[in-house]
Amino acid sequence: MNGIFIVFAILILATVFGLWYRSHNGRMRTADVHTAGIDEHGGEILDAQSIGVDLGSRATLVQFSSAFCQPCRATRQILEQVSGLVDGVVHVDIDAEANLGLVRALDIRRTPTVLILDSAGHIRKRASGLPRKADVLAALGELD
Amino acid sequence: MATSSGKYQTQQNLIDLCTRARIDPRGPRFGGAVSTLVLAISLITMGTALGTTLIAWQTLVFALGAFVGLRAQPYGWVFRTFIQPRLPAPVELEDSAPPRFAQLVGFGFLAVALISVLLGSTLIATIAVAFALGAAFLNAAFNFCLGCEVFLLFKRLAR
Repeated sequence: MNGIFIVFAILILATVFGLWYRSHNGRMRTADVHTAGIDEHGGEILDAQSIGVDLGSRATLVQFSSAFCQPCRATRQILEQVSGLVDGVVHVDIDAEANLGLVRALDIRRTPTVLILDSAGHIRKRASGLPRKADVLAALGELD
Repeated sequence: MATSSGKYQTQQNLIDLCTRARIDPRGPRFGGAVSTLVLAISLITMGTALGTTLIAWQTLVFALGAFVGLRAQPYGWVFRTFIQPRLPAPVELEDSAPPRFAQLVGFGFLAVALISVLLGSTLIATIAVAFALGAAFLNAAFNFCLGCEVFLLFKRLAR
């Protein structure tokens, strides 16, 4: 009797969490530059040295991936399509496990996490989870 | 020195090739659904011989999936043998490392549950099985990726 109650409680809690997860996952948010806390990597700006590639003349899509991340591959495909589609947009995929200093500094907690940098390297947008292509394109449009 | 590191590199690549097998993503979701059912029944029958047997069985299932491979996992075998042939071909294959990581986390919870229930503490066993049930259900119903959520947090805490 007790067990049945526990099973239902867990399934209900997990369903509520799952619905919340589904609606928030991959959502593109405007990054709060001041709470990004990236002091050890040049103030609030990411540069070519910290991410390993030259910044795009319009924007840079910085993806953090890990070995046990199922949607990282799909995220990579979407961001590669976008960088191929829009001039001046560069995509870089960073192995989170091998760059824990940067991960801590940027407070990356999940993979995939995508940051959109403007031409100067300011973090302008942030999404964790598989982003939708339309959202990435819309976020790029909002940079100008 | 150079040769030995070269040999190591080759071995590492071979290991990567073997562990990075591509699989039908519907397999792990089917497995998650069966695990959900088994874990739910084991919670309802907690403290009885059936409950302990189911916990021991599910511990073995997760151990096989995590340490031997998804091909050795019984629910994966059922999927490939009886269900996959009746389904259309998968749209896309998927890396096997993320579901294997989830099997490892499941094994952790179930090992705690099995030891507790054998030592007579159904309370700890209930809590551990409850976590595993929640994760298995989220995986089956919402395609929840456990590795995405916890792997980096573990890594950040570890060093």
